[in-house]
Amino acid sequence: MSKQLVTLHVNGEARTIAADPHHTLLEVLREELGLTGTKHGCELGECGACTVLVDGTPVLACLTLPALVGDAEVTTVEGLATGESLHPLQIAFAEEGAAQCGYCTPGMLMTAKALLDTTARPTRAEIASAISGNLCRCTGYTAIYEAIEKAARA
Amino acid sequence: MSEFSVIGRRLPKVNSWAHLTGEARYADDLFLPRMLYGRVLRSTRPHARIRRVDVARALAHPGVVAVVTGADMPEKMGIMPSTQDETALAVDRVRYVGEPVAAVAALDEDTAFDALSLIDVDYEDLEPIFTIEEALEREDVKIHDEAKRANVFKEVHLSFGDLEGGFAAADHVRDDWFFFEGNTHAPIESHSAVASYGADDKLTLWTATQVPHYLHRELEKVLGLPRSRIRVIATPNGGAFGGKSDPFGHEFAAALLSLRTRRPVKITLDREEVFYAHRGRHPVKMRIRTGVRKDGEITAVHYQSWLDGGAYASYGIATTYYTGALLTVTYRIPAYKFDGVRVYTNKPPCGPKRGHGTTQPRYGFECQIDKIAEDLGLDALEYRKKILQPANSRTVNDLRITSMGLGDCLDALQRATRYSERRGQLGRGKGIGLAGSAYISGAGLPIYWNEMPHSGAEIRIDRGGGVTVMCGTSEIGQGSDNMLASVAAEALGVMPADVHVVSGDTSLAPVDLGSYSSRVTFMAGNAVRDAAMKLRGWLVEAAAEKLEIQPERLLTAYGRIYDRDDPAKFIGFVDAAVLAESRHGTLVAAGSYKPPKGIGGSFKGAGVGPTPAYSYQAAVAEVSVDLETGIVTVDKVTTAHDCGRALNPANVEGQVEGSAYMGYGEIIGEEQVFRGGLHKKPSLLDYKIPTSLDTPALEAILVESVDAEGPFGAKEAGEGPLNPVIPAIANAVYDAIGVRFDETPITAEKVLNALGKRDRRGELKTRIGPDGLDTGKGDPKRALRRLTASTDARERKRPVG
Repeated sequence: MSKQLVTLHVNGEARTIAADPHHTLLEVLREELGLTGTKHGCELGECGACTVLVDGTPVLACLTLPALVGDAEVTTVEGLATGESLHPLQIAFAEEGAAQCGYCTPGMLMTAKALLDTTARPTRAEIASAISGNLCRCTGYTAIYEAIEKAARA
Repeated sequence: MSEFSVIGRRLPKVNSWAHLTGEARYADDLFLPRMLYGRVLRSTRPHARIRRVDVARALAHPGVVAVVTGADMPEKMGIMPSTQDETALAVDRVRYVGEPVAAVAALDEDTAFDALSLIDVDYEDLEPIFTIEEALEREDVKIHDEAKRANVFKEVHLSFGDLEGGFAAADHVRDDWFFFEGNTHAPIESHSAVASYGADDKLTLWTATQVPHYLHRELEKVLGLPRSRIRVIATPNGGAFGGKSDPFGHEFAAALLSLRTRRPVKITLDREEVFYAHRGRHPVKMRIRTGVRKDGEITAVHYQSWLDGGAYASYGIATTYYTGALLTVTYRIPAYKFDGVRVYTNKPPCGPKRGHGTTQPRYGFECQIDKIAEDLGLDALEYRKKILQPANSRTVNDLRITSMGLGDCLDALQRATRYSERRGQLGRGKGIGLAGSAYISGAGLPIYWNEMPHSGAEIRIDRGGGVTVMCGTSEIGQGSDNMLASVAAEALGVMPADVHVVSGDTSLAPVDLGSYSSRVTFMAGNAVRDAAMKLRGWLVEAAAEKLEIQPERLLTAYGRIYDRDDPAKFIGFVDAAVLAESRHGTLVAAGSYKPPKGIGGSFKGAGVGPTPAYSYQAAVAEVSVDLETGIVTVDKVTTAHDCGRALNPANVEGQVEGSAYMGYGEIIGEEQVFRGGLHKKPSLLDYKIPTSLDTPALEAILVESVDAEGPFGAKEAGEGPLNPVIPAIANAVYDAIGVRFDETPITAEKVLNALGKRDRRGELKTRIGPDGLDTGKGDPKRALRRLTASTDARERKRPVG
């Protein structure tokens, strides 16, 4: 199979790369663009570790083909901070100890950002529902709820 | 005001920022120039002789650079030196589906994957053994030829005190069987390793491991390369929970492929492979006989366990002892007998999972304590308080107990949950349950016999006042890097954010035995404190001279060394460092920690169980059982945990909550189960780890008993809090529906099966669980037929394009 040129808009930058057409957005982000902040936990759409935002909506990068992303804006964890300023979610996650091993964290942050972008003050039930596709094996989710609530107040 | 400037504060972990920005570099995030991608070919048979492995077609495949097989690394290896029964890749026999057989390195991962199906393995199937009972009975089938009796890997018998006298003195004897189903760690990060062998004839292996030092030893043994030429770097582990504490085939394969190709090689396991790599919780059958007087005082306990070990030893010898060792440290037991048997079966090897070997017996014992309380008409919380093993005592099996906060944990739970008033009062379908537990703060002995420290640390202060801590611990998400930084910062009087941490690197950091057995805070914490106090002494001495104040009057905090009577008299940390370096030379100090002698007995088997300090914990679970569907909803788990001292309360609470979450998953549905040697649910879709919507409300209460030997009084927090959650939920389900679950997990099917059912005598069913060993029931030939059907489907070759 021959590689194809594809242009992705990632974290505000237009990037053109040559990739096998069957390679997923996850593989392209990590292996072609060096954006290793997006994690792979299963590559089957089960764990949510690879969650990125496509035009603000959380998608599983492991189930998404770059060709289908088109001109949409892709945001990864590397694009969460603005310049030197961390996103309130990043600060709240640190303060609440919401990241233990940190492996689910990038995906969790992206899902949480999408939630806060549409729901300024989510209830705990809304948070639990929003992050139900992001598996965390360390925290028991409690600190994650507290961090998202704290960021919502920020 | 606190006597500490760092300890006890909810400061962000020093490594948080890397986690939160995507900067953290896990093993699979490493991409090196000229790097090749490896994949591992795994056995499709549970038990077979390998007649031949032909790699010619794979080697000829375009893009394939090298292939290695078991014959290339025939040296035996394994985590425990006394029971090494594995090879990196199978040599002439496979003993479980998923066992590594060969490995390929190619220019890209797709090519490596395709090449696996071009390796021809000629298997001659052998009869497989899948159950404890078959393993005990079948003398004619030997999974390991070395096994003396049938497929028994290890058999232990220990007896303490007057057991017969104890049972004779009992007014009441309970005799219960239990079964704890196996389950697995399922960290979100799959195992990954990157090996790079350079022109300087040195090998560097970056790998997601909990035990870089032990892996270092095994690499030397298997590769035949001197350890001085090998550097192991434990990358941040994306969760581990015990599942990354064995040396694994893919680590050796990556190393050998790099050695052969002189190029970096990465091997990352896929999710299905992680389920087969396993090394998780052993399935254990248990029989517990406990004698008590009318007032509940225990007179004797006879505990027996049968462990299903899977195909290899792993930590099995320790696991076997652990099932019996720690039952004695919570409640007074004057006479105790322990019989343990671990068998081999043709399934992925079991090993240590959070709570290693103590989780299963603690579940059985705490369920039985609940039954005894009911038999005697006692409140289960007050009863436990009445029979506590005292602080600063010795158990019947000669374990030294120091700080002991279980009573305080029970009191805290009663205050938080009003357990005693609510038990039995919530109405049908609602229940509340309680259990206690204990765990070690590190094993008293290393896995290989030596007199060296268990943990070493080195601290360097640079001329800008920067502090670098080097320690061989592995950061697995438990927060060990932050612990190292916090202990050093507290002792030196700086903030953790000023501290650089170099951990898990066998070349740069002194040996720490690894992140297992909840040993790191206690042991590495003490080693760091030891090193830091030496440097602190030099800094204070220099500052005292400059300030013309007696050194005893000087305190260190917030980057200053100051007069405790007049804090305005101070010298900055950087200035003090310059003065100290001028007097002493380069500011480097090493510290180490070794557990004290005499914390355990001297009998054979006494090596497992002793620890410098036990953590104690108890949990209350509140459940709702849907009588129509059988679905058990755990509404809340409250855990009180005696951690000695919370070095960082936010992180300790995180460990307690995470343990409660994991224990909840184990009792409510997670199971590592097989059909014909094939995993029934090797994906996160089918092996359901709890999501946010499943997980109960979790509350953590910290109890601080301030241990005299712990670093600033601290004990472990990472494992013990899992243990009481499982029996607490089982006891709550009993409170809700009157059915004892003497086996795990408690699935909706089992609940429905129990509700309203009558037994042979027409009595309503009040118990789900085993009544003994299932002897004479194994039919491996049938299992083999089932297996053939499934492997045929599995081996259907993918087209290679």
